[in-house]
Amino acid sequence: MSKHDQCIVIGSSYGGIEALSHLLPAIKDVCTLPILVTQHIKGTRYSNIASCFSQYCACRIYEAEHSMLIEDDCIYFAPPDYHMLVSDQHKLILSADERVNYSRPSIDELFETASETYQQHLIAIILTGANQDGANGIRVAHQHEGFTIAQEPKQAKAATMPQAAIDTGHIDAICRLENIASAVKAVIERGCNDK
Amino acid sequence: MFKADTLSLKIITEIIHELYGYDFSNYSKVSLKRRLTHHANKRDMHSLADMIPPLINDPKFFSELLADLSITVTEMFRNPEFYRCFANKVIPKLKTYPYIKIWHAGCATGEEVYSMAILLYENEFLTRTQLYGTDFNPFAISAAKKGIYSCEHIEAYETNYNTAGGKSRLCNYFTEKYDLLKIKQSITNKIAFFEHDLATDYSFGDVEVIVCRNVLIYFDDHLKNRVLELFYNALVPNGYLCLGDKETLNSSQFKCVDSTARIYSKVAR
Repeated sequence: MSKHDQCIVIGSSYGGIEALSHLLPAIKDVCTLPILVTQHIKGTRYSNIASCFSQYCACRIYEAEHSMLIEDDCIYFAPPDYHMLVSDQHKLILSADERVNYSRPSIDELFETASETYQQHLIAIILTGANQDGANGIRVAHQHEGFTIAQEPKQAKAATMPQAAIDTGHIDAICRLENIASAVKAVIERGCNDK
Repeated sequence: MFKADTLSLKIITEIIHELYGYDFSNYSKVSLKRRLTHHANKRDMHSLADMIPPLINDPKFFSELLADLSITVTEMFRNPEFYRCFANKVIPKLKTYPYIKIWHAGCATGEEVYSMAILLYENEFLTRTQLYGTDFNPFAISAAKKGIYSCEHIEAYETNYNTAGGKSRLCNYFTEKYDLLKIKQSITNKIAFFEHDLATDYSFGDVEVIVCRNVLIYFDDHLKNRVLELFYNALVPNGYLCLGDKETLNSSQFKCVDSTARIYSKVAR
């Protein structure tokens, strides 16, 4: 099991792959927390998203399998056509339930369930995207006293998603992509999100 | 506030078991809670606790909830690579038997059972097969028996069918009326659908293949192990167990036949 009991969740959609290719290595440079990513992907059952990112990061990168244990220094991607949830035993639970916000995987599903497990030890990051998935997840994460970060909408390839999250009034920090990793580092160093 | 939801979940599970006879106590808590939360939101309820009074007083409330608690996403030839692999690796072995039985456990509204029947038909094996489709949800079973589907998704189904290695056209197996499609009788007459609850019921014996895709992901480890034991006992020696494409099986009772298609076979004890 993860020794920190702390976790980072990231939600991204349109323009997300490029944003993640900058952000993930930057975060891995500052900490070894597990990172769970829901990136909206169209269709195809056998994606290669995990292997795509292994060229950017030295850590282990997985496309989630049902019941996988969340471990430090690993990145997990939600598989296409499944929601990725977090159980109270720190396992990844997949679900083939209906789309949420027209999306499967849905960012809200990840953020809301991760919030219940990690409470104030969660850092939730919402990046570029052209819909409003993740906004409710950000609200729930914040209500559980997690730390919430949105990419600066002006910089995002699609502003709708970070803007919708900001509009909930539950975002702690709005950062340009290149500054998110240092914000994450600051939160971790300050200790369990003492706000 | 958040503890309240956990407590409500426990109470709701008990009410459902006590009043309606369905046992959700060994379902995965996180996915069950998601389903209940979505159902509450749909009804403009603000917390799971709001569902408790109507659940006790109104059987109609429960039957609508039950539909949301069990219907999973399904489609014709969902995950076509599975069917392709089944045709290549499993059917040739099955053909050494004079007659076989296939059990689709947790078949929802039946699309995958019909897909399997079409695959067997095209491999000239349907006449020697009996298929069973079971689900605990009576609404799902009644829809499956009808075999009538909206033509809304037919293009996607046709693509799946082609990827799966279909030998003609999928629409040849349907009759079309208005915007509905009905599976032809040549396919349906080898299938029996009935209610069966993996959480509480016992198995029936001696099937050559069990297909149970994306069902075990909703169970906790205890129930999952119970069901795997039930499957083990239901299968003939070397019988096949087919799981969903993100379900991994680590059991000495089964060996892997194809790791991508998630097809396993029973190891004799």
